[in-house]
Amino acid sequence: MTMIFGVPMAVFMGQLTLGLVNGAFYALLSLGLAVIFGLLKIVNFAHGAQYMLGAFAALLGFRYLGINYWLALILVPLVVGGFGMLMERFLLRRIAHLDHLYGLLLTFGLALIFEGTLINFFGVSGARYATPEILQGGLNLGFMFLPTYRAWVLVAALAMCLFTWFMIERTRLGAYLRAGTENSQLMQAFGVNVPLLITLTYGFGVGLAAFAGVLAAPLYPVSPTMGSSLLIVVFAVVVIGGMGSILGAILTGLGMGIIEGLTKVYYPEASNTVIFLVMILVLMLRPAGLFGKEA
Amino acid sequence: MTFMKKTLAASIAVAAASSMAISTAHAEISDGEVRIGYLADMSGTYRDLAGPGGQTAMEMAVADFGGSVNGSPIVIFSADDRNSADVGANTVREWIDQRNVDMVGGLVASSVSIAVTKVLQENNGLGIVSGSAASSITNEHCTPNHIHWVYDTYPLANGTAKAVVEQGGDSWFLLTADYAFGHALEADVTSVVEANGGEIVGGVRHPFPTSDFSSYILQAQGSGAKIVGLANAGADTVNAITTASQFGLTQSGQQLAGLLIFLNDVHALGLEATQGLLLTTGWYWDMDEESRAWSERYFEETGRMPTMVQAGIYSSTMHYLKAVEAAGTDDPETVRAKMAEEPINDFFARNGSIREDGRMIHDMYLAQVKTPEESTGEWDLYNILSTIPAAEAYRPLSDSQCPLVQN
Amino acid sequence: MATSHTTEAVNLPSAVQERQRRAKFRRNMFYLALLAVGLVAPFVAYPVFLMKILCFALFACAFNLLLGYAGLLSFGHAAFLATGGYVTGYLLASYPGLTPELGILAGTAMATLLGALFGVLSIRRQGIYFAMVTLALAQLMFFVFVQSSFTGGEDGLHGVPRGSLFGVIDISSNLAMYYFVFAVFVFGFAVIQRTVHSPFGQVLKAIRENEPRAISLGYNVDAYKLLAFVLSAALAGLAGSTKTVVFQLASLTDAHWHMSGEVILMTLLGGVGTLLGPLMGAGLVVSLQHLLAQSPLGNWVSVILGIIFVVCVLSFRSGIIGELSKMYRKNFK
Repeated sequence: MTMIFGVPMAVFMGQLTLGLVNGAFYALLSLGLAVIFGLLKIVNFAHGAQYMLGAFAALLGFRYLGINYWLALILVPLVVGGFGMLMERFLLRRIAHLDHLYGLLLTFGLALIFEGTLINFFGVSGARYATPEILQGGLNLGFMFLPTYRAWVLVAALAMCLFTWFMIERTRLGAYLRAGTENSQLMQAFGVNVPLLITLTYGFGVGLAAFAGVLAAPLYPVSPTMGSSLLIVVFAVVVIGGMGSILGAILTGLGMGIIEGLTKVYYPEASNTVIFLVMILVLMLRPAGLFGKEA
Repeated sequence: MTFMKKTLAASIAVAAASSMAISTAHAEISDGEVRIGYLADMSGTYRDLAGPGGQTAMEMAVADFGGSVNGSPIVIFSADDRNSADVGANTVREWIDQRNVDMVGGLVASSVSIAVTKVLQENNGLGIVSGSAASSITNEHCTPNHIHWVYDTYPLANGTAKAVVEQGGDSWFLLTADYAFGHALEADVTSVVEANGGEIVGGVRHPFPTSDFSSYILQAQGSGAKIVGLANAGADTVNAITTASQFGLTQSGQQLAGLLIFLNDVHALGLEATQGLLLTTGWYWDMDEESRAWSERYFEETGRMPTMVQAGIYSSTMHYLKAVEAAGTDDPETVRAKMAEEPINDFFARNGSIREDGRMIHDMYLAQVKTPEESTGEWDLYNILSTIPAAEAYRPLSDSQCPLVQN
Repeated sequence: MATSHTTEAVNLPSAVQERQRRAKFRRNMFYLALLAVGLVAPFVAYPVFLMKILCFALFACAFNLLLGYAGLLSFGHAAFLATGGYVTGYLLASYPGLTPELGILAGTAMATLLGALFGVLSIRRQGIYFAMVTLALAQLMFFVFVQSSFTGGEDGLHGVPRGSLFGVIDISSNLAMYYFVFAVFVFGFAVIQRTVHSPFGQVLKAIRENEPRAISLGYNVDAYKLLAFVLSAALAGLAGSTKTVVFQLASLTDAHWHMSGEVILMTLLGGVGTLLGPLMGAGLVVSLQHLLAQSPLGNWVSVILGIIFVVCVLSFRSGIIGELSKMYRKNFK
């Protein structure tokens, strides 16, 4: 058997593939954070909770309304995103003119409220969400058995990332958005409804988190605390990529997934910590992150 | 939620009772009341294992006992330890200093239990640990002031590992949670597997907690071991089992062995993912007529079937109250001695007795999770395969490091 | 972040000097009254509970020194609290001859060293980046604590003896312990009070208000920030060390990032950049957790804390003390 760094080739390739799947997932989550921060300058500490709400909405929608996975994949981001818009309109807007740190604290508080409330109704054990029939089973890649659903997660997450990047960087709407956050008075003078644009953007970022939540529902037990542990990892990804950089979030997400995956083979004990180590190193060398612009 | 209303009502009743001046105080019962504290994780990871349901079980025991001992009312205080040793130890310190609490029950997270038992030892209190897994609680951390009920890692790991090796599962890959508890479990399993002629072919220590186990499952698949042992607990075990089923671990001929898995975990995971899993349990709600009868009453109160911990809380509270009644006092030392004198045989414990290290030993059971086809209901989850006699189940006193044991 | 209303200048007209003297007198009388309250408190309330408040108050005061006066939001202060606690706990539990004050000193010294290291790594970053770097560093420390054997990992470090102060004064009783903790708190508070009102504190405020200007005035801004960071870490370590002696244990709760969030809440609730705010905030949060934990609402603790967070940020950004002093100024001046 061919060996790579003391590990059989097949295992190495398998880990690389899994790292990529996780990385796509990180990319999707950090993308939402990056959109919200880059365009709105809100440090969305509720992102983990919104991801969790996405998973819960899928679960409850199925349980009580019979909404299937595919419908949930479309409906849940809209519903949770809409809820996000209400948050922006009635809470975040009131502190938009203040230091960014207040946004961080406000969303942190909101995350505590969401999680605590759901814990009281659903406990913490977590519930199962069935994998849709067509995505059950797995693919034999020769070097590993890859569950079809994970392959789907990789494809869906990457497609969503590309779509978002295209929307913001390559369309007229995206251009308005970037301009509106750069100089809102000027844009308003041109007749663009900037506050509405901001509300929509926040809703979109939250929708991305909810989309990730629906994708995650069949993978992990759906529990109120599923987002809080993920949140700081995703934050680290965004910081490494450069806060606000859309492309940076996507690429860093993928890269971190792979680095974490390899750590799981060579020094599994540190796999939760390696991202923070990378983050410190990156910030030492490039204070604004890998893809960020120096403020 | 009717259950919450009931808890509320019960708490109000308790508050009212404690504020009333008790004129009929019994001479030997301190303050004229038997005061019990229920300390558990009410909102975090272990909520479903013990949590509010454990409090209900304790309240049922008090109500079944008649609400008073020799004319002195029984009062329950309860608090959430939020899985923090700090909060737990402080709560108990205050209960003892300010409210003269006579016994503290519940006690789930091992770190909280160890911290609390130190406080109890210093203040000459009495604690009954029902939810904790760590066998160190009656080993190097033993005190004359507490009793460990229900289970610990020793019978769970040993019972399961031994049975699995005997059935031919002689090569193991271990997924170990990377902290003291996981390491201890790993060491226990390794020695049992090797003593029975099996071998450990590999393993990985994963961070605690971990949500994505795919990488580790892949490594386990690559190892060629027949058995993948889960030396972890709670959410980690649940996540590992979910991932294993996604990766077709069992289809490819390997088998999972859960070393620390509870009814609520299996219920949450569903039978599809857990079927065939071997595990050791201290009790199962459907194991006989007596257990079913009690569990159905519990179900009416809470809407869930009880875990072994919740049943154990009822059993231990009942045994405590009987000892108080027999001793005629709630003095911790006297009651502790009285409790050890009496054997325990109720719906929960069979052939139960309390050893000098504070370990309550009783029969344990090897169980296998049912297949979805076998199961007839939401809570119909286990087949009990065999009984592990009390004397064999727990760590022998000859191996004990507890200073209370004379070796 | 918060506004400050202290102005110090030389050669003021005598009327102004007179007013300042009177203000200073009033402040001193107020502190004396507080001191008196602190001295009689253990006879009214449960001493262990008061000690918990004092330890967290010191922790919050240390944190506030950084946020309120240097404008730096650290999201990793739990690391210092935990380092102080673990080092002190480990030393006292392993070397029975060691007296508690030496254990506390050692713990504080370790936290100070760690603070210097964190500070060097993080101080050049600003705003969110600073918060994230401190969070990342604290996560690394968490990893170290989980992995190390001396911390007891998940089980925590138990059975730390309270011992005798200087080998003579027995502090095993709650009352004696309380007065020791109270003395530690007063010491820490005095250090912060002196720092804030010193020229050093004035420069910090200048940096907070307008960093480029401070640089152009020739101040070595990074050195000032670093010193503030190290001082804050040292005091947080002192709080952790003292807490371990009081409760005789150290656990991972203190190292978790939720603890870093909790100290922000305390400071925010009491009033960022006010001297008494953190004390007030710590008192309220600790009492609230305490009351709720034993009530039927116990399950809702985190929800209620979350609501407080939200309400504070939306409506009481200057915190209780900040709002009170605003009211006082409006009505009495």
